[in-house]
Amino acid sequence: MTRQPHKTPPPVSAQQESFLRAHHRHHHRIALGRLVLLLLFLGLWETAARLGWIDSFFFSSPSGIVKYLGQMLVDHSFFTHTGVTLSETIASFFLVTVLSLFTATLLWYQNSLSEILEPYLVVLNALPKSALAPLLIVWLGTGANTIIVAGLSVAVFGSIISLYTGFCQVDPEMCKLIYTLGGSRKDALTKVILPSSVPLILSSMKVNIGLALVGVIIGEFLAARRGLGYLIIYGSQVFQLNMVITSIIILCAIAMVFYKLIQSAEHYYKKKY
Amino acid sequence: MQPILSLRDVSYSYHNLKGETPALLHISLQISEGSFVAVVGPSGCGKSTLLSIIAGLLAPEEGEVLYRGLSSKDYCADTALKIGYMLQRDHLFEWRTVYRNVILGLELTHSLTKENTDYVLKLLEDYGLYGFKDKKPSELSGGMRQRAALIRTMAVHPDLLLLDEPFSALDFQTRLSVSADIANIIRQTGKTALLITHDLSEAITLADRVIVLSRRPAGVKREMEIHYEISREDPLAVRGTAAYQAYFNQLWEVLTDDKTTA
Repeated sequence: MTRQPHKTPPPVSAQQESFLRAHHRHHHRIALGRLVLLLLFLGLWETAARLGWIDSFFFSSPSGIVKYLGQMLVDHSFFTHTGVTLSETIASFFLVTVLSLFTATLLWYQNSLSEILEPYLVVLNALPKSALAPLLIVWLGTGANTIIVAGLSVAVFGSIISLYTGFCQVDPEMCKLIYTLGGSRKDALTKVILPSSVPLILSSMKVNIGLALVGVIIGEFLAARRGLGYLIIYGSQVFQLNMVITSIIILCAIAMVFYKLIQSAEHYYKKKY
Repeated sequence: MQPILSLRDVSYSYHNLKGETPALLHISLQISEGSFVAVVGPSGCGKSTLLSIIAGLLAPEEGEVLYRGLSSKDYCADTALKIGYMLQRDHLFEWRTVYRNVILGLELTHSLTKENTDYVLKLLEDYGLYGFKDKKPSELSGGMRQRAALIRTMAVHPDLLLLDEPFSALDFQTRLSVSADIANIIRQTGKTALLITHDLSEAITLADRVIVLSRRPAGVKREMEIHYEISREDPLAVRGTAAYQAYFNQLWEVLTDDKTTA
């Protein structure tokens, strides 16, 4: 019986090897630094709370947060509130993406429309969207609708503007190529503008998910009985700072997961093309 | 024989709020079937505008363009003269494979038939790109990219090829071989070609006829027939002949004369 010979890896020079080692070492050091910073912060916080340097009634403490989180998991309120915020954020993110893509496409397609709408878009984008929230409550009542629209309103105008600007910056010669090959403006859109804008669309999604979350939390502050934004407001009113800070930490985790998801979509796209 | 393309007294100006800039002034020219014509002129004289008008991307303000004696209004899409246009840069789309780039024209005209795709595959094989058909454009060399762009143009069986300085983005060495390469391909297939260039050597190495345009607003200043005793397959051999030198000097005189009168 003969053994299949192992495929020998290509020889690596000593210099390359030391470069790789240095590269790995650098990365390990960065990761270690991040971890140490977090542990130091938590340790200092916990010590300060225990030794009475800060009042843990106002500032909470890592152990208090863990305890509260455990309690939330046991009584399932963690799943209710996080689930509500998550689903509202995803819904409004989805709406932002669809609506801004559609509008930016329409603006690109109809030049005069974009000229007509430009000042309105600029004003709506600059307007502090939290000013709209009371209006939304009157129109849509308190509940998921208001909150999803609040998230939408925060992200959608900026997203339209950035997508439309990106569409206009695509090399006009590429569109000319389409016309010389007998294509129409619609072909230029589907064969050139949209495919060449995928990186732009992904990066604008990265911004949008954060903004949608901001809008949803603003909405929940004002018009909700459930969700992390509600917990934060409620907790601050009844001086349950454990509740407030735990909710903020869950929000951090949500933001990070969303960001990582879109980042991995970006990596997937870059690898493919 | 009916010329494949004739321009009658074509004029075109660009307009903006500051005023108008005449680009082409009363241009008349004829191109016969199967010929290779080069258009040279000082830079910015409106050569690209001329091509855009011939390709039908711009409508002339005055005069008319006739394709085999018919104006663009007179024929229906089926009998229309097909025009292939090669731009200065290849603009191969990075999000498509080489193959999906070269069939773009077929895709846009809804003519992705077995016959047409077989033709494309044959072209890829003839021009040494078959092995690269599933690669990304960025993996091709400059010369290969230009050949892929030519296949994309040829895939729709154009009757007339418009070449808008398609070699200007290449380095000198590649440029010499690729331009000869592409000119040979065009001659072999018997296509009519109109090449725009600012490179006099390129014009007289490749073309049967050179049309010299004057400064903006461009008009036809001179037309020159080019003949060589030897085959044009080898661009360096052509450039070594006495005839080449004579043509070059003649053309140079016409162009510099333009500068002194302007």
